[in-house]
Amino acid sequence: MFEAIAFYLFAFLTISMFYITVTTSQALHALTALAAGMIFISAFFFILGADFLGAIQIIVYTGAVMALYAFGMMFFDSTRDVKEKQGNKFIVVGMATVAAVLVVAIFSAPILSDNIVALYPSVGAGNTQEVGMVLFTKYLIPFEVAAVMLLVAMVAGIVLAGKKMDLSLTLMNKEEILEMNEDKNKKVLS
Amino acid sequence: MEIGLNHYLVLSTILFAIGLVGVMRRKNLLLLFFATEILLNAVNIAFAAISHYYGDLTGQMFAFFVIAIAASELAVGLGLLIVWFKRHGTIDLDTMTSMRG
Amino acid sequence: MENLLYIALFSPLVSSLFAALFTATPKKQFIGIIASLLIFTSFVSSSFLLAEILITGTPVHVEMMTWMATGNLYIPFGFVVDQVSVTMMMVVTLVSTIVHIYSIGYMDHDKGFNRFFSWLSAFVFSMMVLVMSDNYAGLFIGWEGVGLCSWGLIGFWFHKEVATWAANEAFIMNRIADLGMLIGIFLVYWNTGTLQYDGAFAAFATLDTATLTWIGIFLFIGAMGKSAQFPLHTWLADAMEGPTPVSALIHAATMVTAGVYLVVRSNELYDLIPNVGLFIASLGAFVALFAASMALVNRDMKRIIAYSTLSQLGYMFAAAGLGAYWVALFHLMAHAFFKALLFLGAGNVMHAMHDELDPFKMGGLKKKMTATAVMMTLASVALAGIFPLAGFFSKDAILESAFVEHHFIIYSVLLFTAGLTAFYSFRLVALIFHGEERYKLFGIDPHEAYKFMLIAMSPLLLLAIIAGSLKMTYYEMVTALLPATEYHIHNHLVYWIMTIGTQLFVILAIVYAYKKYANSKVTVPDGTSAMENSFGYKLLINQYYIPYFYEEYIVKSYRELSKIFWKQVDLKIVDATVDGIAGVLYSTGERTRDMQSGNLSTMLKWMVAGTIGLLSLAVVFGLAVRYSDAILAILSGLGV
Repeated sequence: MFEAIAFYLFAFLTISMFYITVTTSQALHALTALAAGMIFISAFFFILGADFLGAIQIIVYTGAVMALYAFGMMFFDSTRDVKEKQGNKFIVVGMATVAAVLVVAIFSAPILSDNIVALYPSVGAGNTQEVGMVLFTKYLIPFEVAAVMLLVAMVAGIVLAGKKMDLSLTLMNKEEILEMNEDKNKKVLS
Repeated sequence: MEIGLNHYLVLSTILFAIGLVGVMRRKNLLLLFFATEILLNAVNIAFAAISHYYGDLTGQMFAFFVIAIAASELAVGLGLLIVWFKRHGTIDLDTMTSMRG
Repeated sequence: MENLLYIALFSPLVSSLFAALFTATPKKQFIGIIASLLIFTSFVSSSFLLAEILITGTPVHVEMMTWMATGNLYIPFGFVVDQVSVTMMMVVTLVSTIVHIYSIGYMDHDKGFNRFFSWLSAFVFSMMVLVMSDNYAGLFIGWEGVGLCSWGLIGFWFHKEVATWAANEAFIMNRIADLGMLIGIFLVYWNTGTLQYDGAFAAFATLDTATLTWIGIFLFIGAMGKSAQFPLHTWLADAMEGPTPVSALIHAATMVTAGVYLVVRSNELYDLIPNVGLFIASLGAFVALFAASMALVNRDMKRIIAYSTLSQLGYMFAAAGLGAYWVALFHLMAHAFFKALLFLGAGNVMHAMHDELDPFKMGGLKKKMTATAVMMTLASVALAGIFPLAGFFSKDAILESAFVEHHFIIYSVLLFTAGLTAFYSFRLVALIFHGEERYKLFGIDPHEAYKFMLIAMSPLLLLAIIAGSLKMTYYEMVTALLPATEYHIHNHLVYWIMTIGTQLFVILAIVYAYKKYANSKVTVPDGTSAMENSFGYKLLINQYYIPYFYEEYIVKSYRELSKIFWKQVDLKIVDATVDGIAGVLYSTGERTRDMQSGNLSTMLKWMVAGTIGLLSLAVVFGLAVRYSDAILAILSGLGV
């Protein structure tokens, strides 16, 4: 019973938060709504017994992603209304609905027809422990690769948003690059 | 009233649809990123739900990796976004027509 | 023995490939020498094989490897050396060895020296495949191979337009005939289920006459093309545009006799269908007369010899058609020797006269070129069939077989042709070597060919003289495989009258030729004499207007037809379809380029649309697989 109440409550909250995110014209509102929606989603994970995933969801999205967005938004004028020309709304909403329904249909098809077998069933230990066991056995290599990918992304983020990065070597012609190098050399010499 | 897998899938569908609407109607690049986050999270819910109702941890693993990918995508994407903004002073999608065929 | 067989077969290939390595480089003498040595190796191996066959009488049969094995079709690369093929191998390798050595001298100043040897050796290899194969498919490979090499060698001087034209004519005429041959081979496979000679021949006995007749006719069409029988004969005379050694080897001694070889090889087939055999014999007799008549007036030395070849091929077919296969093969062998000799002699004369071909412009050459004169005269004597040279024995055997078989019309045609043969041969000899030295008018200073060329020709001379005495030995050997029919006229009186009569007739023809052409009154014809304006002369010099007829009624109408097809079918249907497909693509691109507005938002919308499309496909196919049984049931209910 509590589960049902919780589900419907959080479903309502999540949907409304995300609805605000995609419709509001205030960037700050959108950001706040998104952050809230992410936290509400973690509630589903807790309900579903995926404690670890829920924790990760809060840490990563609310802690890291939202902080990044917030920093990113400092570059832009976030108080100004976002003006967006809109095309045909029915097309947008219709296509979105159809695509979503199809995705879910595909997801649920093998489950409904019982075509799949549980490969890593829960063993009854705590969720975090189970996740750890699977993650560091079967999914060890993807895990490591994901770690490397995050590192790469971090470096890329720093490099892209860092200083001087308004200059792009690919978009400059030869003279400009030479000039830039000379400037650099002068700085080193002085 | 029992909450079953279908409830979660319907929820996932709704969230996914909202995400897609956002992807299609948002003209501001930053807000577009928000919409993609919604898409990913919608799928994550489906993964977690299936994992739970099917008693298989693989779904959670996928959700886990999806989060990792989302985070790195965001880092790189935001970096590019800043570079673009520094260059052009705007992040309006309608102004980005350099790939016109 | 197997190794010998492989050496005989593959050393020409090695020679060809070796020479081919140097085709882009300037003339190298050693290539000619190495090629000749390799062909000589092949000749030696063939000789050992001949000795083996003569002693043991058992054919050597090897199966080198499987070529095709699909379903019921099994065709190996099998080779057989038996009494028939060893004859051909000996003829081919001997003549080609001599021609190779001769060519070192003849092609001395030619830029394409290396290329020439490559083609020539490739020809020998193809010919060996043709004669040694133990099945029709292998024979067909060799058949096409010699056709290709013949094309390359006729058009060897490709900068001359007339040479390339002649090469293409030969090639196309042969393709027409090869279609017939191919149909014949298909019919053999269709009806017997095998292409191996022994298997097919064994199965022929069980087939009905109509089928056999068709097989026989189609195979003979192939033979007609390769052996230049009427009406596909025009290419042979035009093929004389190639270098003279080529004419000697390919268009006299070996390739053109492939048709005769095919008929002889398929003797068990033609024995079952005597009507087709009779047709072959009649056609052969007709061609013998027809070609000889054209040789009477021609003013091109090589063409005269080419017509003579054609005429002799007619003799061979006459013999083969009458069932005297061994006689045909014997005449083939003897003819190869003296005709190659005649051609090589003509090559010497041509060289001496700086490529002048009109014998009327020569005359009196015997003083300058005694050795060539002797050789050509003896070769002509052999060709005319004077006792005791090779031609007497082989041609006499053909005449006898026609007589014994009671085909008196064929007999009299062949007899009359023998007189014509003697006449035109000695007309040529008389014009070239006797009479006034007319060449002086044209400021030519003739010289004898290299000595080694003459020495190389001497084995042919020897064989042209003595081959006749080998007749009985040959008969005993070859009849192990071919029907052993001895053609003897039992009435001694008739026999002697016939033989002596024939000899007298031939000698009279020779004397007449000498009388007419070996005197000092012969001048270069200028088209004014009464003879040259007579209808018969014009008919003969224009080759019965057959090339004209082909050009006017076949080539031209075909060209018109091609034009119609080009304009109506190719341009309006084929090209239009292709253009239409391109046009559809273009216009789709033109219409859909609006999608590519460069606006990211629009693109995202399209992306979602595409995703929907793909997802729907996934769902549809998923459902189709899931419910495939039900869908099939519904479809079968609808009668699909």
